[in-house]
Amino acid sequence: MLKLWPLSRVLVTRTSGAIFARTNTTAQDKVEVFVDDKQVFVAPGTTVLQKAGGRDSSTLLCYHYSIVNTASSPGYTRRMCSGFEVESRLIEKSAKVRTLYHDKLSIAGNCRMCLVEVEKSPKVRTLYHDRLSIAGNCRMCLVEVEKSAKVRTLYHNRLSIAGNCRMCLVEVEKSAKPVASCAMPVMKGMRVKTDSPATRKAREGVMEFLLMNHPLDCPICDQGGECDLQDQSMAFGSDRSRFTDIEFSGKRAVEDKNVGPLVKTIMTRCIHCTRCIRFASEVAGVEDLGTTGRGGDMQVGTYVEKMIKSELSGNVIDLCPVGALTSKPYAFTARPWETRKTESIDVMDAIGSNIVVSTRTNEVMRILPRMNEDINEEWISDKTRFAYDGLKRQRLTTPFVRDSAGVLKQSDWETAFVAAAEKLGTTKGDEIAAVVGGFVDAESLVCLKDFLNKLGSEGLCTEEMFPMDGAGTDLRSNYLLNTTISGVEEADLILLVGTNPRFEAPLFNARMRKSWIHNDLEVAMVGPQVDLTFDHENLGDSTQVLQEIANGTHPFSKKLNSAKNPMVVVGSSILQREDGSAIHSAIVEVAQNARKQSGCGEGWKVLNVLHRVASQVAALDIGYKAGVDCIKQNPPKVLYLLGADNGTITREDIPKDCFVIYQGHHGDKGAAMADVILPGAAYTEKEGTYVNTEGRAQEARLAVSPPGLARSDWKIIRALSEVIGVTLPYDKLEEIRSRLTEVSPNLTQYEKVEEANYFNQSQQLANLLKASLDSKPLTVNQVQLKDFYMTDSISRASQTMAKCVQAATEAETAKY
Amino acid sequence: MASMKLFSVCRSAQNVIWKSLRSTNVLIKQSRTISAGYKDVSEKIPTPDDGMAEISSYNLREFFMSDLIGGVSLAVSGVLREPATINYPFEKGPLSPRFRGEHALRRYPSGEERCIACKLCEAICPAQAITIEAEPRADGSRRTTRYDIDMTKCIYCGFCQEACPVDAIVEGPNFEYSTETREELLYNKEKLLENGDKWEAEIASNLQADHLYR
Repeated sequence: MLKLWPLSRVLVTRTSGAIFARTNTTAQDKVEVFVDDKQVFVAPGTTVLQKAGGRDSSTLLCYHYSIVNTASSPGYTRRMCSGFEVESRLIEKSAKVRTLYHDKLSIAGNCRMCLVEVEKSPKVRTLYHDRLSIAGNCRMCLVEVEKSAKVRTLYHNRLSIAGNCRMCLVEVEKSAKPVASCAMPVMKGMRVKTDSPATRKAREGVMEFLLMNHPLDCPICDQGGECDLQDQSMAFGSDRSRFTDIEFSGKRAVEDKNVGPLVKTIMTRCIHCTRCIRFASEVAGVEDLGTTGRGGDMQVGTYVEKMIKSELSGNVIDLCPVGALTSKPYAFTARPWETRKTESIDVMDAIGSNIVVSTRTNEVMRILPRMNEDINEEWISDKTRFAYDGLKRQRLTTPFVRDSAGVLKQSDWETAFVAAAEKLGTTKGDEIAAVVGGFVDAESLVCLKDFLNKLGSEGLCTEEMFPMDGAGTDLRSNYLLNTTISGVEEADLILLVGTNPRFEAPLFNARMRKSWIHNDLEVAMVGPQVDLTFDHENLGDSTQVLQEIANGTHPFSKKLNSAKNPMVVVGSSILQREDGSAIHSAIVEVAQNARKQSGCGEGWKVLNVLHRVASQVAALDIGYKAGVDCIKQNPPKVLYLLGADNGTITREDIPKDCFVIYQGHHGDKGAAMADVILPGAAYTEKEGTYVNTEGRAQEARLAVSPPGLARSDWKIIRALSEVIGVTLPYDKLEEIRSRLTEVSPNLTQYEKVEEANYFNQSQQLANLLKASLDSKPLTVNQVQLKDFYMTDSISRASQTMAKCVQAATEAETAKY
Repeated sequence: MASMKLFSVCRSAQNVIWKSLRSTNVLIKQSRTISAGYKDVSEKIPTPDDGMAEISSYNLREFFMSDLIGGVSLAVSGVLREPATINYPFEKGPLSPRFRGEHALRRYPSGEERCIACKLCEAICPAQAITIEAEPRADGSRRTTRYDIDMTKCIYCGFCQEACPVDAIVEGPNFEYSTETREELLYNKEKLLENGDKWEAEIASNLQADHLYR
């Protein structure tokens, strides 16, 4: 709980109207604060309202958080006088010059490269920035001003202020010496000069110090070409070196650490900005990284040799401003200037993280995050980042047809199509069924559905189960993460049911952690004991608890009802159970009760379903049945598997003479049971639409061409339909997209969340259900880190992921 | 050669006789018709209009055969001078230490290859003749798995050796590597390292000779 005291750091933003304060003085009667020119008196101890979760005023809010967050940070003690006037204004970013500042991390102040001169204006209470007048600035720290100009340092607005890199010293008028601008509060009438000779000289001096202990190994450093230190030394550095000490004592050298199979460390290159440490402890929530020693002996590391046990560990590679932390799988393979970058969407979970696929010579070299404040901010999970090597292994590159001896033989498209068409064409429609897997794009989904419908079949289902009783999948609000991912930052209470978001949707979990740190979010869990990286109340894993909460007899109900913006999140894994529909209706009950009791209004949605696979929401939108029960009940004669690799349907579930067609990109469980294999494209190899768990349609783009004879999935289905003689009426991507729009307009409204709001109806329908809850405890599949890495056909084929599983398993038994 | 000289002497003599014959008629005004659009650029034989000085100077020059003597003396001096050509396959001209010839990948004296796969040469190559692939070697060091130069694309600008931070890729003094097929000019790492081993002494001395200017 944040309290407001006099003499505390106060920030006011116009956009959110939120006041942020840091408590560090004694209490007095009232605090005088100017909020957007209005004088406000706030009683000490007032709860600080925090909303607008970092989206509208992105950097500002994150920055506030970081201030709040660094109460314990040493060297960050400058206080703001009460009664100072602040006005909010986002300053344009022009960033001509980049220092070690990173706007997604907190301010460290140790690189000292953002030195600026500050002057005082006698007339107006404004902040002068060279000749550009900035009318008041809610940012207490100069670094934002500098951003508008030229300087960036080790500061990162998603992390706390550490003040240790000394890279952003500023010169303040009437201040005897330069001060770190990242942690320097803006005073009334400051004058700032970012390009004065004094500032430049100071920057050059700091750069010289930094380079004194930094090895000149850029040619063998993987960061070369995308290195912040390189850029800065080009911008601020001296054109010659005074470092002639090589013969005498040599440069500082540090032993490399082994921190697992993903992150490669070359610690001699470290400049002690502590971004990685702050990321690990603040965003990822693992206290694995830290520093030892002081001064020249300072080292960043894990103290004892151990793996960074986090599902988000790969992000420290992006954060590291130098080449101290680099990617192990990517080591030495490519340079940033020789890769082609394609902006795309991740499908390893249902979050739909925005990614950049770097390719060279038709090969995926690495995957990097792309900023999307609504979804993944700027982080991605390790599976998203490192499972790409699975795209090069176990691939289906030619069609296969099972011969009379029962052996799958390589063949060509014609043979495979004829073999498939013979069976499909001669079988009655109701004896054909299809199962789609987790990586299928919406285009292929609608194509397959149209195709089988034309053949007279309605047996199209998804691998992933979802209760079809009650309102089932008819009401969209029943199966979406209605509150949206960024909505988590407005919530004050989250009830998780049968899910471990840390591994099922790592970025959703990161968002919850962020909110838990900054917004006093409370989290409770009905399910097994899991480590979410933040404190939460475990209410037990029995279904009885769920029933009690639904009835309102559980003690937790009181808390839920008194919450202002509660969220109930049910994991889709728990809905795979026999009593899935009973669980779902109980959740609907809980959510609706909370919605009514808390008075959050119609605008706030409580019910949330957290899916595990990328294709599920699109499949349900298009009208697929969830779960393979209908196939098990009515065994088909021809079964079409579209990327169904998770083994929900096996040879034992279907008649012996059932003809199985598998279309997909990996030789996994689905391909093994097939009679005809049609090689498809993976998510990096096709233009496709994916709808994430919020119901947000996003476009994945072609980064490399499919290997061998493999082709884009919807084109295969389109071609097959022509062979059978029921030609589908679309030949181009635009045509199939317009068909998608016909089926459901939200599927082509990219980047938008189409809201769904039929909770009352859903509840009424759920009340009609007579299903009862099982007594089995609620469990989740991914409990520990080792369960996270290999969950689907791509990550199962990935060697990197296999190494991670091995390392995580070893780490469990390790002493530390 | 000798017959050639003889021939030119004959020509000169002939010329002299002809001209002296003609000079006797020098006072006779020559009437040459020049068709329109053409300009007479032949040697002007002075006419009485040019004055006596001009005419006598001309006659003296003709009489003493100064043109002939000049020509013959030049020809004779050419015979006595050192020849401008060399007997190429057996004799070779001097090369600058900066000569940019066939490429080579060098090694350290320990036998370790110098190239660290920084890819700067690949980046700077204006003809995009260099292709590099790299991965960590078993000992963890950064090395190329592939280093190809397409010598048919290469324009011998020398940027690669300028870019190289470890003096690994160099353009050595060798210029005699013509091949019968095009494919032989697609050099791989093995060929380049072999070149390096073969030419190391020359390359090292060239680098040494030029190091002050780098």
